[in-house]
Amino acid sequence: MKIRVLFFASCSDIVGQREQTIEIQDGSRLDDLMDAVIREHPRLEPIRSSAMVSVNQEYAEGTTALADGDEVALIPPVSGGCEPGARNSVLPKRRSRREQDG
Amino acid sequence: MGKDVYRLTDTSIEPDALHKEVLNDHDGAITTFAGVVRDNTKGRATQYLVYDAYREMAEKKMREIGEEMKDRWEIDCVGILHGTGKMEIGDISVLIAVSSPHRKASLEACHYAIDRLKETVPIWKKEVWVDGEAWIEGDPSSAQPASMEGEE
Repeated sequence: MKIRVLFFASCSDIVGQREQTIEIQDGSRLDDLMDAVIREHPRLEPIRSSAMVSVNQEYAEGTTALADGDEVALIPPVSGGCEPGARNSVLPKRRSRREQDG
Repeated sequence: MGKDVYRLTDTSIEPDALHKEVLNDHDGAITTFAGVVRDNTKGRATQYLVYDAYREMAEKKMREIGEEMKDRWEIDCVGILHGTGKMEIGDISVLIAVSSPHRKASLEACHYAIDRLKETVPIWKKEVWVDGEAWIEGDPSSAQPASMEGEE
């Protein structure tokens, strides 16, 4: 099956392009794809531990099963906005600041 | 009537225009936050910034943040704009406007929005200095700009 892989920021600099189609065995999981990506672009290895990966625009775990035509993106820690933030994690978390109705 | 706005843009970001988009007749407050390109990072002179984004996912994640805000606070409309590409000192890189019947809800929700944006929305900043450049990935408050050139 064919997977469209997207690269951004430092990853696109390393890879030299913004996207690439990678052919991978049917039944592969996200981790298998990432292994293939790193084999092709060994300089991405240091980023792998800090980067998140998305499948079809949702953050996904390595065990996620892939399907032909999926869109996968390597997402280094984000830095949008304007100034250093109080970022600890890219995982959604709920805050206990509700002090009012609705 | 007001509406929600979640958009990446490569044109200049105008607070007045976003105010008009999010405002409803029954609102008594709009809280706006503007993030602006600063001329230095920990004393190192910045020439300009370049923002890269995963556009489709970024706009989707912005919308999710807006929905989280509406779950938590009594607000009406949420507007989030983020610039892409090259941005000069003084440019607004991110603008958030939240309308609400009463001020407390939009004040709190707006603060939440900028914190969340920096956690989940796939947008990256490259700082360009006179003597180098680096993608800022990871928590910038714990990074040492002087050592970034050697990364990768």
